[in-house]
Amino acid sequence: MEEVKKTSKQIMNEMTRDVYVRAAEAKKAGKPVCWATGIAPQELMTTMEIDTVYPENFGAAMGAKHLSGPLIEVAEEQGYSNDICSYARNNFGYVDVKHVDDPVNLPMPDMLLCCGNSCNTVIKWYENLAKEMNIPMLFLDTPYNYMDEGASEHQIRFMEEQVYYMISQLEEITGRKFDYDRFKEVMEISMQTGEWWLKAIGVAKHKPSPISGFDLFNYMGIMVCDRGRPEARDLFKQWYEESMEKVARGEGPWKDQEEKYRILWDGIACWPQLNLTYRTLKKYGINMVASNYPRLWMITYDSPTIASMVRAYSENVGANREIPFELNAYLKDTETYHLDGLIYHSNRSCKPMDFKQYAIRKVVIEKTGLPSVIFDGDQTDPRVFSEAQFETRLQALVELMEKRKEGRKEDE
Amino acid sequence: MFLGIDIGSSSSKAVLLDEEKRVLAEEALNLGTGSNGISQVLEQVYSKTGRTPKDILYSVVTGYGRNVYKGADAQVTEISCHAKGVTHLFGEARTVIDIGGQDAKVIRLDGEGNVADFVMNDKCAAGTGRFLEVMARVLNCDIYRLSDLAAKSLRGTQISSVCTVFAEAEVISQLSLGSKVEDVAKGALQSVAKRVCGQARRIQVAPQVVMTGGVALIPEAVHMVEKELGEEIAVPGSPQTVGALGAALFAWEKYHR
Ligand code: SF4
Repeated sequence: MEEVKKTSKQIMNEMTRDVYVRAAEAKKAGKPVCWATGIAPQELMTTMEIDTVYPENFGAAMGAKHLSGPLIEVAEEQGYSNDICSYARNNFGYVDVKHVDDPVNLPMPDMLLCCGNSCNTVIKWYENLAKEMNIPMLFLDTPYNYMDEGASEHQIRFMEEQVYYMISQLEEITGRKFDYDRFKEVMEISMQTGEWWLKAIGVAKHKPSPISGFDLFNYMGIMVCDRGRPEARDLFKQWYEESMEKVARGEGPWKDQEEKYRILWDGIACWPQLNLTYRTLKKYGINMVASNYPRLWMITYDSPTIASMVRAYSENVGANREIPFELNAYLKDTETYHLDGLIYHSNRSCKPMDFKQYAIRKVVIEKTGLPSVIFDGDQTDPRVFSEAQFETRLQALVELMEKRKEGRKEDE
Repeated sequence: MFLGIDIGSSSSKAVLLDEEKRVLAEEALNLGTGSNGISQVLEQVYSKTGRTPKDILYSVVTGYGRNVYKGADAQVTEISCHAKGVTHLFGEARTVIDIGGQDAKVIRLDGEGNVADFVMNDKCAAGTGRFLEVMARVLNCDIYRLSDLAAKSLRGTQISSVCTVFAEAEVISQLSLGSKVEDVAKGALQSVAKRVCGQARRIQVAPQVVMTGGVALIPEAVHMVEKELGEEIAVPGSPQTVGALGAALFAWEKYHR
């Protein structure tokens, strides 16, 4: 019998699960497991063949499976404030209960890898874990880029030195030598994965876009957990090719609904309401074609060297940059993706992303005239979101986008 | 005849317009989504005009309850409806401040009846009519009496909690420590005014400013917002029914398209 080729979606779902299966097996076999922040230099762990899982990714999964609420409550009962990022609260809750009623669970870590490029919360979060579990924490400090041009040479040297130090820590922990040739290979694969990821999500620029934007949120998990593996690179390549075939056939995001409006989603998804937000958008024919959140994993670098790698971890992450960096990306997106509007998720959890919202929104309105709305929600705390308020804002956005389209037609 | 319905969280409103967009009847009732408020208010406008549902050529529903109500021809958000209603009444209006039962919103208008931008409160009841209801209950008076009380106060009590639940506890303790009822009433109105003006500043306030919603019926509340914003405020004769008026105007437009 001829073997039926799996679709990228099938592969993606399998890979998403396998990350946790592999880590659980490693744990069982007595091998060390690492917990890492979302955008940390996995290259080191991949080189050392240390199975790594990502509590932020796990938190998102818990949110989407409606399991985050109870974990958050456990953390709050212990005294963690409800003002702390809910990814962190999820994880603190999980550390306490150590198990959820789900096929996928998070094996307990033997070491931690933290990178400060996303926020300060992760640093305190991981320090806390390191202290409570008495395990080593490897840390890459990526100084915030106050300068529009990005990281300075002395910042790069500072980060390079830290990587060498982390390598020595890893050698000590595992009792194995670090293989620099393998490291180079892993960096090369990671670079290619990053490029295919950008190419794949860039397909949404076609009108209509065959990608319904929530695919970005789904495939993103692979970028978080697996980008040092050739399977991830191949997955994004396949996804890109499948999507381009759909473009050639003129297919839109849905079979039973037309793509009427194209928007950018600012911020993290509302994982507990992923389905609801998706359905509501679809109901109005709104396709999310771009988002700054998946773009955070724009870890592309031009040569497989430590300097080039740390530069990417520092400079490419919008959360580690001043407003103009992201603003320019937004302004470019409005054209590249033929946007009709923007929706900003004022996320109770993620202050570094929220703080920029009003400033960015103001300039985007001034420069492009595109309508946008802000709604309140949270990435994993299910208590913050209000369905009626979300829909009212969304419908208002539709009315504004419609008005703008009418106005344009009249001008023609 | 054209019908506009606005089903809010704590009140129901209806407006009937004739072919010349003249208001035939406008009614508001303090019973919101989930009650029979809307059928009562519709009965009122019909009995006032001696008409029946058969005379309606087109109807539009707006407000929090718009998605559940099945009797209208179309639905439009309260944001667009308030913009439409206010522009109809005040051609020069550029800013709408609408404070209802659970919603507070500020809308910037483009001068042609369209929304240029808007902000709304988040899930919390701070800065809405609900906050004042809770305060009135603590002070053991009617929400509209807050105004008379506040007018007698020289200095409002500072209410530092924005959260309605905490503010209630705070006010109770202040009263027990000897704060005067008038000062607390003024403090409550000031708190709402501060909150809504904070919102308003996010989208640039331009004159003329019009205030709508149930809270616009409280003269001292309007006065506090004026003071806080440094802008004079116009209040329509029937501030609660402006959203329903906008809905009726949309009904007129949709019918004549
Ligand atoms: S969601 Fe925001 S606050 Fe939370 S870990 Fe990520 S960047 Fe930090």
